[in-house]
Amino acid sequence: MLSRTADNLFWLSRYVERAEYLSRILEATLRLTSLPHTYSGTTNEWESAVSTAGCAGGFFATYKEANEETVTEFLAFSSANPSSIRNCFDVARANARAVRTALTMEMWDAINGAWLEISRFGAGATTRDGLARFLRLVQESSLRVDGSAYRTMLRNDAYWFTRLGVFSERADNTARILDVKYHMLLPAHQHVGGPLDYFQWAAILRSVSALTSYHWVYRESLKPWLIADLLILNDQMPRSLASCYENLVQYLDRIARAYGRQGPAQRQARAIRTRIENSRMDEIFQHGLHEFIGEFVADNNRLGSAITQQYLQ
Amino acid sequence: MTMTATVPTAPVALAAAATAAFDEMRGLDGEIRPAYAELSAWLKEIPPDVLEQRRSEAELLFRRIGITFAVYGEAEAQERLIPFDVIPRILSAAEWDLIRRGLEQRVKAINLYIKDVYSRREILRAGVVPEDLVFQNPVFRPEMNGQRVPHDIYVFIAGIDIVRVDADTFYVLEDNARTPSGVSYMLENREIMLRLFPELFARHRVAPVENYADELLATLKSVAPTSAEADPTAVLLTPGVYNSAYYEHSFLADKLGIELVEGRDLLVRGEVVYMRTTQGPKRVDVIYRRVDDDFLDPLAFRPDSGLGVPGLMSAYMAGNVTLANAVGTGIADDKAVYSYMPEIVKFYLAEDPILKNVPTWRCRESDHLAYVLDHLEELVVKEVHGSGGYGMLIGPKADKATVAAFRDKLKNDPKGFIAQPTLALSTCPTCVEEGVAPRHVDLRPFVLTGRDRIRIVPGGLTRVALKQGSLVVNSSQGGGTKDTWVLDR
Repeated sequence: MLSRTADNLFWLSRYVERAEYLSRILEATLRLTSLPHTYSGTTNEWESAVSTAGCAGGFFATYKEANEETVTEFLAFSSANPSSIRNCFDVARANARAVRTALTMEMWDAINGAWLEISRFGAGATTRDGLARFLRLVQESSLRVDGSAYRTMLRNDAYWFTRLGVFSERADNTARILDVKYHMLLPAHQHVGGPLDYFQWAAILRSVSALTSYHWVYRESLKPWLIADLLILNDQMPRSLASCYENLVQYLDRIARAYGRQGPAQRQARAIRTRIENSRMDEIFQHGLHEFIGEFVADNNRLGSAITQQYLQ
Repeated sequence: MTMTATVPTAPVALAAAATAAFDEMRGLDGEIRPAYAELSAWLKEIPPDVLEQRRSEAELLFRRIGITFAVYGEAEAQERLIPFDVIPRILSAAEWDLIRRGLEQRVKAINLYIKDVYSRREILRAGVVPEDLVFQNPVFRPEMNGQRVPHDIYVFIAGIDIVRVDADTFYVLEDNARTPSGVSYMLENREIMLRLFPELFARHRVAPVENYADELLATLKSVAPTSAEADPTAVLLTPGVYNSAYYEHSFLADKLGIELVEGRDLLVRGEVVYMRTTQGPKRVDVIYRRVDDDFLDPLAFRPDSGLGVPGLMSAYMAGNVTLANAVGTGIADDKAVYSYMPEIVKFYLAEDPILKNVPTWRCRESDHLAYVLDHLEELVVKEVHGSGGYGMLIGPKADKATVAAFRDKLKNDPKGFIAQPTLALSTCPTCVEEGVAPRHVDLRPFVLTGRDRIRIVPGGLTRVALKQGSLVVNSSQGGGTKDTWVLDR
């Protein structure tokens, strides 16, 4: 397969995954900020949303203050922000268009359809209802793209490269949310307790669509270390770091088998997975949750470069 | 011109009909011709509202293809929608047989002519074609002098535009020997017709066209360089997503099951072409290129071309890759050369041309020029190097000032012009607002030349001028397309 095609497939999946993540962050933040202050706390949740999205630098270069209006505009609609939801779909669609022949009709339809509907919102949503509809649309579009890939693509390298894109991005997103919110999850925090924390924790889980899963897995009220466990080590949870790496290793192996050659990307992915598998939550806390996440983000980026060097250029 | 130019734009060849046009269904005397017997009966049976309903269904299907197969948004798809007429154009087996033999003969001659021009130049030495027509032509490629191409084939894919003036006379209007387009419409039109009118197909025996992609792939593989592996790798080279025919490029690559590459996907090492793949560089043997000569290789042609592949010509010259079509084929489809095609056929094949040319006056010859100047009001005058209907005079429709201006142009540069009579193009029944009415049509069949043989899928792309009396089939000027049926008996 052409390297350019693989590169396009990898990135189009990444961008769709990123758009979904951004829309979940916005949704969780909207929910949190619509609570009375006694529940939502006094921290600026909009600023936190920008950090979680990983684009605080770009944001504050453009805006002075993080509030509902500026953050929604920047994360959802801005053309100045290369990672805004709208730009994500623009890039995904441009990539899909360039590799039209590598996609099934259903997948093209899902991406192109999403792009068309999202373009209809133009430069923004004027009401909260409109914004809510927009965010639902983004999440449903992502499900449709993913679902049509799963149901219609041949199981060959084209499909595997889309999976690498999805899981690299997903691992990065989960790690980023942990990185910004880690202080909320430290064991010491449990003593603070109170409704304030409950809603903060719930917001974290909502941003990775894991609130219900949490209850099914632990059958407990929200406990910060269990939330950290769910997002890092629990391989049942499809957005956990453990699950993302299980998938990355698996799909990299399929590619290696098909091509008859292992490379640095395969070795690196396995090393990261092993590190996660051999970790225990109490050790991670002892070693420092923040440091653990920081290292993971760096590792994940290195894997991205290794994949690029090995296959995409 | 608009973005809709993905359907080939033949020049506005012929102006208003001087005499009554030959109708392919009713002939000149109004009697239904045998090939159209079933269709005519069917047209009488089908209620007008049903026909209208199918017509809008067809439009929806095309929009869906535009949006879902190709690469367009709704607004863009609207723009590329070329009107499709649901009434097929029908050719009998005998008519097609004549056309097919004529096409084979013509394309054979074209290939021999190009080979000769770039090697022994016998036809020039014999004085059959004037030398300056070749050497002063900007599409002549001196790089190709003395250069052997695999299997001596230059034009692997040709689109020959044909018009008809009566029951027995088909004229070639134009040869397209560079990168002819439009075949995707031929294939799509048939798909849509099969979906919408299965009962009408059941009443005919229509030769299939869907094997075109297969035939094209076989053709491309048959002409791989001898140094290629047993199963050669072919790719389709596109200028990219911003090209107006990108839709067709991606459509064809998909049907052929070959990679759709851009210049940046290819690299040349040791005079061999490779594509960059996830498994490292992979050798490419045949390039079906939809990029013009000028843009193929910045080292050989336009240095500012970002579409090409540096070093591609060196690999080509070394015989390590086949370009389809070959470099420099423009010398065969130029309008000035066109008028010599009957002589070219005779010169190489010692046969009379089966398909005639539209009678053409070459203004470079003084007696022709004199005639043309005397009859400007009734002729169509074309610039030799113009294309797409630009720079031409349609005598019967032009005002006096325009005619006078052309008279001066002609006198200044007679070599730059040819002239043709205004002909009555044939018509076919067509769905228009006021119901079913005759409209003028032309035909572009696609001729594939491989090492083993010539392949022609029966039919081609029929273009129809939807405006009453109009002879302009160009999509940008109200032209549409029809499915073309060749009956197998």
